[in-house]
Amino acid sequence: MAADERLRRTMMFVPGNNPGLIKDAGIFGVDSIMFDLEDAVNMNEKDAARYLVYEALQTFDYGDAELVVRINGLDTPFYENDIKAMVKAGIDVIRLPKTESADMIHELENLVEAAEKEFGREVGSTHLMAAIESAMGVVNAYQIASASKRMIGIALSAEDYTTDMKTHRYPDGQELLYARNVILHAARAAKIAAFDTVFTNLDDEEGFIRETKLIHQLGFDGKSIINPRQVAPVNRVFAPSRKEIQNAQNVMAAIEEAKQKGSGVIAMNGQMVDRPVVMRAERVMKLAKANNLIDAEGNDIEE
Amino acid sequence: MEIKQTALAGTLESSDIQIMLSQGEKGIHFDLTSDVKKQFGEDIMATIQSVLQAYDIENVLVKVVDKGALTPVIKARAIAVAQRALDLKDEPNWEVL
Amino acid sequence: MTLKNNVNREIPDQLLKTQNDQGFQMTDFGQPTIQRVAPKVKAQTGPSKVVESIKQVVAATVRDGMTISFHHHFREGDFVFNMVMREVIDAGYQNLTLAPSSLTNVMNDIVVEAIQKGTVTNITSSGMRGSLGDAVSHGALKNPVIFRSHGNRARAIESGEIKIDVAFLGVPNADEMGNANGMNGDAAFGSLGYALMDAQYADKLVLITDSLMPYPNTPASIKQTQVDYVVKVDQVGNPDKIGSGATRFTKDPKELQIARMVNDVIVHSPYFKDGFSFQTGSGGAALAVTRFLRQAMIDNQIKASFALGGITKPTVDLLEEGLVNRVMDVQDFDKGAASSMKNSPAQQEIDASWYADPANKGAMVDKLDVAILSALEIDTKFNVNVMSGSDGVIRGAIGGHQDAATAKLTIISAPLVRGRIATVVPDVTTVITPGDSIDVLVTEIGIAINPKRQDLIKTLSKVPGLPIYSIEELQQKAEKLVGRPKPLAFKDRVVALAEYRDGSLIDVIKEVED
Repeated sequence: MAADERLRRTMMFVPGNNPGLIKDAGIFGVDSIMFDLEDAVNMNEKDAARYLVYEALQTFDYGDAELVVRINGLDTPFYENDIKAMVKAGIDVIRLPKTESADMIHELENLVEAAEKEFGREVGSTHLMAAIESAMGVVNAYQIASASKRMIGIALSAEDYTTDMKTHRYPDGQELLYARNVILHAARAAKIAAFDTVFTNLDDEEGFIRETKLIHQLGFDGKSIINPRQVAPVNRVFAPSRKEIQNAQNVMAAIEEAKQKGSGVIAMNGQMVDRPVVMRAERVMKLAKANNLIDAEGNDIEE
Repeated sequence: MEIKQTALAGTLESSDIQIMLSQGEKGIHFDLTSDVKKQFGEDIMATIQSVLQAYDIENVLVKVVDKGALTPVIKARAIAVAQRALDLKDEPNWEVL
Repeated sequence: MTLKNNVNREIPDQLLKTQNDQGFQMTDFGQPTIQRVAPKVKAQTGPSKVVESIKQVVAATVRDGMTISFHHHFREGDFVFNMVMREVIDAGYQNLTLAPSSLTNVMNDIVVEAIQKGTVTNITSSGMRGSLGDAVSHGALKNPVIFRSHGNRARAIESGEIKIDVAFLGVPNADEMGNANGMNGDAAFGSLGYALMDAQYADKLVLITDSLMPYPNTPASIKQTQVDYVVKVDQVGNPDKIGSGATRFTKDPKELQIARMVNDVIVHSPYFKDGFSFQTGSGGAALAVTRFLRQAMIDNQIKASFALGGITKPTVDLLEEGLVNRVMDVQDFDKGAASSMKNSPAQQEIDASWYADPANKGAMVDKLDVAILSALEIDTKFNVNVMSGSDGVIRGAIGGHQDAATAKLTIISAPLVRGRIATVVPDVTTVITPGDSIDVLVTEIGIAINPKRQDLIKTLSKVPGLPIYSIEELQQKAEKLVGRPKPLAFKDRVVALAEYRDGSLIDVIKEVED
């Protein structure tokens, strides 16, 4: 697995044929930027969007954000050229839409590898992720998630999925409960990231926060977003509490102490600290830093 | 090389540029409209010209309406319009990219 | 021969002689003693000052070579300027000096006509835009325009540098003797701040109104003791264009990002404490700042002593919520602010001198803690241009920029680039506000702090989520994005002079080369 511990709280969709949005995508502090060559681009402009994203990736400064491109699906005439262009552009992650099986990932991986060789890019350096948009995709979620070492995440795409399920989206999200849990389990079992779907009503901030709290509680890494205004609310939901930070700082201190003593056993308040506790503490510290709640050394910031 | 058909790429949205290529005689001729023509007119034309040269397009009329596009946007639109004018929309020229 | 002033601008010394002017030295005005002038008064006791028509009053007051003035409180809804200038042009007057508080787009065409016919040969204004700015930049006017800030205009009027022979002031109400205010009537616009200077210092004062009120009309911002004539017309202005309607909170993510950082700078500065004062202006980001600031004031239980300058509805909301103690109002940008001026005794009408004049026994800006201002360009010396576009053409106004920039914390809020035009540049096209008075620049990618404010650098470095760059770094980032523009070409002829608020010459604007 290509699992790493980077934060992926927000993945912002950026329409692939919109120069204004593409040039500014890097200034809002999103964790991942997803340039969209698929649904956001008109059929007649697929070529133009591909060149635009290609040139943007060569030039613009997107800081530390992870750069993702949603390519057109395997059943379209744009699929192969999208892959080649994005591999050549040096994209971090290719996102495959409407993924239903591990074979689709295998086919994508073969084409990516061929492109890496053709354009002299290190083999294996292009990561992959899959969007699950159908009942079949949900049923095969674990096979998809574990289909390749290049996989870094899977995402629920709820609009197509609810249509496939003969329903639509409701405010309480009951219709997505099964899919969310399956995708989350598949991702965790495969040790990759899980992304929740978009929330499209920009005027319903309360509903957006409610849904974000739900997926945070379930254990998702983050949420797909469609507007920079959604960044701050997501980050607030994912920010650890003061108590969680204090606890994590104590764990960190215990680790440091064990290290200094040369002891393999980490102890805190006379109790042994086991691996899951350490991992959770590390994640809390990372989130706290990303939310500017502690400084780079892990100390509290004076208000 | 001669272009095969009149082609258009880009939009009139802010930060974009619209480029149209049509049959021309003897060289590359520009018709440029831009709010920043004074400061960046030559730069815009040079960017487009270098893409056209990469495609060996020599005789062409280039009508440009610029809305404050940055260089990578100009380059991307120039590539798109060249591919379209040469009827190569679905066969990207990987050498030029 | 040229002379370099203290912001490194070359000023032809011929100009310094003919204009009897000084090159800009420093922002500190010092404590000189100043002799002010007084207007001529033609005594009258008559029962009414109402005259039939504008034509009649123009004939009675205007002569060749005079200086005539107007205010711009009706902004894009102004009818008065055009009505008066029509009569002035048609009567064939020549060599007039036009000295309005500012010129809005609705005035452009007739000013261009007046210039072409020789009616107007001199202009002093806060600014100009559109076809007029274009005409002046291409050398249409005989003599250079003099641009003055609102505070500087007040100073120049008081000192006699601007000697107003006739002021034509549109008002939404007046009685037969000339008692008037800006608050009542169909074309109400709120504060009469800029016009009060003309009312006090013009030799002849003509009020033009569409609403004659029973005598005596109160509250009287302009008093009958100042007025020579009152003219009744059908309509003085278009209410829909005088002020913007409901102020919309920006949804532009870039503006919101800038506003959030401006707020962070203010809140973490030493000035954010109970009793602080601020001026925000009217741009999209400025309105968003007001909203962020409101939340910060509530969260920190801090109240402001006053808000200053051009007033908007979000500022008035703070007054109503008790977060701001007084609003000191020189003009109103929207209907909400204008109607609040009428209803709230805590919203005080102030004239331009009280607001911003340095040659004064203390102006409001001297007490200002925080000012948020905009910029067309800002350079690596923090000098700001709000007057000429990146093509060198005049399209802006000084407004209160130089005046408010004397605040203890002056923040320029501006995007790094607009389209393909960099905002942060190596050298601004025209220096309007000297970098010496600017403390912090806020862009969407981060802030730059004037190196002379080491205290702020120290304080703001600790603020999380507030990236600090040097201004040179921001300039380079902008240039990397847009490329390096071809330098502008100008002719030798000077078409406009930009004064600093003390009356010294801070820059000149030359005729553009096309």
